Formats: sequence, C-alpha cells, structure tokens
Amino acid sequence: MSLERFISEAVSPWMKDEGPDSDIVMSSRVRFARNLKNYVFPILSDREQNLEVIKEVRSEFNDVPDEHIGELELLEMESLKPIEKRVLVEKHLISRNLIEQSKNGAVLLSENETVSIMVNEEDHFRIQCLVAGFELKKAFTLANSLDDWIESKVDYAFDERKGYLTSCPTNVGTGMRASVMLHLPALVLTQQLNHIIPAINQLGLVVRGSYGEGSEALGNIFQISNQITLGKTETDIIEDLQGVVMQVIEKERAARRALLDNSRIELEDRIYRSLGILENSRIIQSKEAAKCLSDVRLGIDIGLVNGLSKSILTELLILTQPGFLQQFAGASLTPTERDIKRATLIRERLELEYQLSKKSEGDEQ
Amino acid sequence: MTCQECGERPATLHFTKIINGEKTEFHICEKCAKEKGEAEPGTNHFSIHNLLSGLLNFETPIGESPTQSFYKQEQTNCPKCGLTYQQFTKIGRFGCSVCYKTFADKLDPILKKVHGGNTAHAGKVPVRAGAAIEIERKVQNLRSKMKEYIEHEEFEKAAETRDIIRSLEHRSSWEGGE
Repeated sequence: MSLERFISEAVSPWMKDEGPDSDIVMSSRVRFARNLKNYVFPILSDREQNLEVIKEVRSEFNDVPDEHIGELELLEMESLKPIEKRVLVEKHLISRNLIEQSKNGAVLLSENETVSIMVNEEDHFRIQCLVAGFELKKAFTLANSLDDWIESKVDYAFDERKGYLTSCPTNVGTGMRASVMLHLPALVLTQQLNHIIPAINQLGLVVRGSYGEGSEALGNIFQISNQITLGKTETDIIEDLQGVVMQVIEKERAARRALLDNSRIELEDRIYRSLGILENSRIIQSKEAAKCLSDVRLGIDIGLVNGLSKSILTELLILTQPGFLQQFAGASLTPTERDIKRATLIRERLELEYQLSKKSEGDEQ
Repeated sequence: MTCQECGERPATLHFTKIINGEKTEFHICEKCAKEKGEAEPGTNHFSIHNLLSGLLNFETPIGESPTQSFYKQEQTNCPKCGLTYQQFTKIGRFGCSVCYKTFADKLDPILKKVHGGNTAHAGKVPVRAGAAIEIERKVQNLRSKMKEYIEHEEFEKAAETRDIIRSLEHRSSWEGGE
C-alpha cells in the first residue's frame, strides 16, 4: 500500500480540519448512552436478543439522520478482521469493550467518521460525535440531533426522575459524557499540571490520558471530561466543562510564552533534537515517538518549526500505534519489528511533508 | 530497554503507578505482563466498575455477620432480568431498565456518591417518553376524578371519564409499540 493512500485511509477526514484553538485543543467529543426500554441491557442479554437489536438497526436506521453527515454504514464486529477492529479502536471510533466483551456488537459510522454509534456495547447505543478543535457545542448539537433521530425510531429506557437509564449508574441521568482532548506540553514541562488536576477534580470533572480510564498521557495529550451526569442539564455540563477548558488553555498559553521568554534556547534545543530523532531514527518505541512528536508539535504551534502541518502529531500518534503499523506492513509484527516500522513510517511521512511544502512553495512562486 | 521481569525480551509496556503520591515505573514485555496480570493500557481491567463495586459494598454494617447480610441481599431479584443486588455490587452495572425500580431503595445513596449529591434528573426528556409520561399523569388525574364522580353518584360523568381514560391508555400503548 502506498504511504499516501494508507494515510488517507488511516486519518479520519475530520482530523484534517483545524477547528478553534487548535494550537492546544485537538478534538471535542460528546457521547450519549442510551438503552431500549423493552430489551435487557447488553451486559445480561444473550446473542439472540442482541441480534434482534442489530436487526432492528439494520431495517430501521437506513435514512439519512443529518444532511451534513450523510448515510451511516453498519459494521458488525463479527465480520471484521482483528486488525480492522484494532484500527477502529486506535482511531477512537469504537471501544475495546465492544471488541472484547460484546456479543453481536456493531457500529454505525458516518463517512467522515465524525459520528460513530456503537450498538450492544455496555449500553444498547453509544452515540459519539468527534470534531476537530474546541467545538463542544457543535459536537453536542450534532449528538443531540442524532439522539432525536434514534428516538423517533425506538423506545428509550427513560424514567421521569432518574432520566436516561444506563447500565452503569455512573452514566444515569443525561447519559452524557463530554470531553476535550488537549495537548499540554508546557504545563507538563513546567510541572504546573500536577497542581491544576486536583482543582479540576473538585469541580466534578476528570483528567485522564488520551485513551480514557487508566491510560497514560502519551505525548502530553490529556482528556478532560465531566464525571457527573445526574442532576445537571446537558447545557450546564457543557458550559462548566467549556469554562474550565478555557482556563486550562489560557494557562498553557501563558506557560508557553514564559518558556519562550525565559528559556528560549533550551526550548529550541529540545524541539530540534526531537525533530532530529524523528527524522533520523531507525528504531523507535511508541513512548519516545510520542514524546518527540509532542515536542515538534509544540515547535510548530509556537512558530519555531516551519514547513510541517499542525495535524502531524495527531496523525502520527495514531498511525504509529501497533494496529496501524501492522496494517501498513500487511502482517503481524514482533515488538522490535514494530519499532523499526514505526521509525520508517515517521521518516517517510516527514519526507512526504517536506516534499509537499516545497511543491506548494514552488507553485506560489 | 529490556523487560525488568524476565530481562530477556524487550519491554513494550510502560506503566506509571501512582499510589498515595508515590510514583513507581514498570517496563515489561507483553508476555510477563500477561503472566503478572498487569493491565494493557486502555483495556479497562481495573475500571470504574471495580471502583464502583467498592462503593456499593458499604451496605454491610459493622458487627453484622456476613452470612446474615448475604441472605438478605439474596432476596431481591429483578423480575425482568433476574439480577440480584449482590450481583450488582459485583459487576457495578444494572441488567435492565426495571432494575432501577427493583433496587430503588438502595439507589439514591449510590447516586449521591457518584453524582455529587444529586439523585434526580434535570436534563433532556425524550419527546415520545415525555408524551407517555404526560398521558400517564392525565390518566391518574382522571382516575381520581372518576372516583369522585362515583362517590357523588354522578355515574354518567363517571362513565364518560372512564371512556376518556380508555382511549388515552389505548393510545399510549399503541404509540409505545407494546
């Protein structure tokens, strides 16, 4: 497979958009957990019952939910290859749970991969909307309209007092989890994040690594989301999160400015060393790759590194995960082979980027 | 970097554990990780559900013998999905929408703990379920009216009310697709 084609398949179309505050916010996400009134929740249901849900989805969910989204394609987990499923997880389109624990799990995907609706995961439906940049309201509006669309077809499990009934009581009420993915290298470097996280937690919000619960913050990417789903309206939850994220953005920007003012040469050194590693290494582990990519992305955002597109961090972080690497290689790889392949992929990707930027410069002249 | 467990294979999994502010780093290979039972990042082996079931076990009061409370918990069974409260405390998840009614008396303390003291929904109401709730309220009002009519021996009005109730109930069950 050619590198360009592989990338175009690997990177979700929405990732190419930059969106507001894209120097810090990578993406905004809203998901709703919903269940059917007359069916036992997926955690206790058998294959038969789950199959019925899938059948209903297949026959009823054929119309276009939103003209900007277009048709949704139904992908059933059982008909996908393991590597294809892994790739969907690495793109944040489905959860590991859907692969590992679900019976007859499936996902409805929009062509631009902004919308993914998991079927038969922990809840019957997990409606997710992912958009580039700091656009929580856009993600919420879209998820909300998809929720209305599904509700016009099925009976939701809803209780007047408890709201949307979910399998896990931590989601009951609105069933909504809103989250923002942030790149916070300067707050990590200046060790300010350790003080910010406890304050955020006190406001009913959670800070995690980019792959959710228990995951490490690879490449200085953090996810801030609401913990409380009951007793607050959807709009309040979105606004609270928005307010906190805005402050974190301001703090990160201030930290970046302070680093530039006080230790510009050290910062430049760090960024260019990382760029050098990415351009030249022949074996690289995911952790080191993530660190270097984070440095380079910071360099791009503060104007030290030119000729590389901003989306390179997002793109390469996703591309260099085991699932994608193996798909690129077309075979399963040992850990060492993976590290070699990762280094090659990054080098080639950077080379391609330089060629493209040279070409566009030439076109301008 | 080689695996710190076997010292043979390259370490592919890197963990940082922070317990009470004390940071420990692990660098191990996939094989040793599986043997040690360490979670692969993102696999959710130690997830919110484990933590939640910790919260749910507050039920047994100190001093009460565990067998006694076990017996007590066994008694509640969800009529729709069969889940017991004991199972719920283990998996941290409900089996169906009826569970919320079945375990209603135990629910609010749990919800308070996970939702910052809140126990009631304040957000969106689905259009269709909203309509059904509306009808339910109307029916309840009409029922009490009908009772009044009967008590006052206004049977004609009572019969009219009964017909309205019937048509409302018919409509809601039809719309509900049951």
